[in-house]
Amino acid sequence: MYVDSDVKGIMNGTIHRRAREDRYQGHDYYNIDDLLTDDHLMARDAVRAWVKQEVTPIIEDCSEQAKCPTHLYKGLAEIGAFGPSLPVEYGGGGMDEIAYGIIMQELERGDSGIRSMASVQGSLVMYPIYKFGSEEQRKRFLPKLGSGEYIGCFGLTEPDHGSDPSSMITNIKEDGDHYILNGAKMWITNSPVADIAVVWAKDEEGKIRGLIVERGMEGFSTPEIHGKLSLRASITGELVFEDVRVPKANVFPDIRGLRGPLSCLSKARYGIAWGTIGAALDCYDSALRYSMEREQFGKPIAQFQLTQKKLAEMITEITKAQLLVWRLGTLANKGKATPAQISMAKRNSCEIALKIAREARQIHGGMGITNEYPIMRHMMNLETVLTYEGTHDIHLLITGMDVTGLNGFK
Amino acid sequence: MKLLVCVSKTPETTAKIAFTNNDSEFDTSGVQFIMNPYDEWYALVRALELKEQLGGSVTILNVGPASNDAVIRKGLAIGADDAIRVNAEPKSSLYVAKQIAAVAKEGGYDVIFLGKESIDYNGSEVSAMTAELLDMPFISYATKMDIDGSTATIEREIEGGTEVLEVDTPFVLSAAKGMAEQRIPNMRGIMMAKRKPLKVVEAVEANDLTTVATYTMPPSKTEVKMIDPENMDELVRLLHEESKVI
Ligand SMILES: Cc1cc2nc3c(=O)[nH]c(=O)nc-3n(C[C@H](O)[C@H](O)[C@H](O)COP(=O)(O)OP(=O)(O)OC[C@H]3O[C@@H](n4cnc5c(N)ncnc54)[C@H](O)[C@@H]3O)c2cc1C
Repeated sequence: MYVDSDVKGIMNGTIHRRAREDRYQGHDYYNIDDLLTDDHLMARDAVRAWVKQEVTPIIEDCSEQAKCPTHLYKGLAEIGAFGPSLPVEYGGGGMDEIAYGIIMQELERGDSGIRSMASVQGSLVMYPIYKFGSEEQRKRFLPKLGSGEYIGCFGLTEPDHGSDPSSMITNIKEDGDHYILNGAKMWITNSPVADIAVVWAKDEEGKIRGLIVERGMEGFSTPEIHGKLSLRASITGELVFEDVRVPKANVFPDIRGLRGPLSCLSKARYGIAWGTIGAALDCYDSALRYSMEREQFGKPIAQFQLTQKKLAEMITEITKAQLLVWRLGTLANKGKATPAQISMAKRNSCEIALKIAREARQIHGGMGITNEYPIMRHMMNLETVLTYEGTHDIHLLITGMDVTGLNGFK
Repeated sequence: MKLLVCVSKTPETTAKIAFTNNDSEFDTSGVQFIMNPYDEWYALVRALELKEQLGGSVTILNVGPASNDAVIRKGLAIGADDAIRVNAEPKSSLYVAKQIAAVAKEGGYDVIFLGKESIDYNGSEVSAMTAELLDMPFISYATKMDIDGSTATIEREIEGGTEVLEVDTPFVLSAAKGMAEQRIPNMRGIMMAKRKPLKVVEAVEANDLTTVATYTMPPSKTEVKMIDPENMDELVRLLHEESKVI
């Protein structure tokens, strides 16, 4: 739900635009650009320019005030950040998986919250409707989601069921040509401003089903969650269902079980694996520049071996992560990236990004804790990214199970 | 309305500048290239706005080798309908102007847009030469432009004010800041650009009247000297003897 008053909010000065130039430059130590196509590079430059123009000037203020820049949903749609790898006729961009990854990386270079707005819309709302929806559902919802006319959210996590979604209690009961939906979802990105929610609930046989709940349906509410110290520019809420009558036409016809939501998560996690490298790059870029400009003991701090160790390790980890996601992208383009491979990349990228943010914070000294620099914002954001879409430890267990064949979850 | 926008490829603004071949050629190794911003942000975008308003088509023209195609595709991604590349090294302003004139003559365009200068050589020559070769009116450094029927109203910044001109099509115009605002290509545009026609034509015979002898770098900045405010004689002496400005 995009409201004009939000844009006015910015105009009226509730959110302040910063004039300071965003001097970010990408870093490509292993010439990985040579592995990309002209389209990839053009997409990257375009999203980078868009972020510099639309996100950088307002993000510190949005984050500080915990205000979601909802006017950017339209901008994200226009630039093509919603479902870039979905087919054009269903509101997507018709691009490949690497382009999708690159777009997420540039968005997250700006802010993980802005990337989350796009990830949820594209990978967790449009993707399941495209993949599991009836033709009628696809036609009804996808073009509007792709154009940003509708905002969507994805409800899997519940207050008492996070890492273990298969124990969910949200449920549907058949009633003529409707289902009656009861239960609650927690930690739902976009929910307070969403027009529709893709919700996962158990049917009377205990099978997980997916359905599209629309704003305005009686008994459906979306209270906002306040007090987040992370991902503050992204709006998060609950989904509460009290005897909500959902027409059968809104239920995904064939998909049953956890495979439904998990395949969406694979798609979104893939985007995060690329995305968080963007946050890491922004921290590294800022630290590199700061260390060359800041002098202590009569020389730039970049000249001290301890600073160089930090910078050298940062770019090493970034380079490794870039190669990992590039390879993952080529596999994904062939439809061969396994969920476990995606887990490994998501976990690795989050881990290195968070470590790099912490090291970059030190290089900036006291300035590093202020919002003059993006470091603390990225660091705080990354704490969410480390946890959502499967926690850090859960991804480790996925890799563990994949290599041993033994289930370490239960 | 048939509009032609000439675009060139220039080094990215943060590129490190060096020369090779006895300092007679720009060293392109390791340099990132972009579309000349005056061509992209002002000329191309204004042409697209006019097309959106009045109908017609926008064609991009570049004189350059196949490696320029990425820059041309960007123009198509931003919204141009098709493109022509004259397959030749853009050796000098006159050479390029002759190529543009040859293409323009054949195409019968209403307006031929160029940027006010390219940000590398800053010659501001190609547009004037093109107009001369085509025997068309030329308006330089235009900051605003509207078309009504076959008459265009154009504004130019002049010392201390603005000049407003009227000119009938066809004409050649060089665009300056103010004419339009940068457009960022979106993903749909990038994908569509792949399917838009890019015609490659061979260069016409054209000789150069100039050759570059050498390039030299500006002297590197010397250190700032601080002079005690009490010591004005020293300041005068330095300005006179060292910087030789007084
Ligand atoms: C800002 C934000 C936005 C979010 N957006 C969405 C959204 O849009 N849609 C949605 O559905 N969800 C969303 N989430 C929810 C997110 O996916 C969950 O928070 C996450 O899955 C973890 O669940 P939990 O918070 O209940 O933690 P828990 O599952 O309670 O985990 C707590 C700790 O226990 C560990 N743990 C759990 N099980 C095991 C085990 N078997 N072995 C070892 N350790 C274990 C975890 O690793 C973690 O460290 C969001 C969360 C946040 C913070």
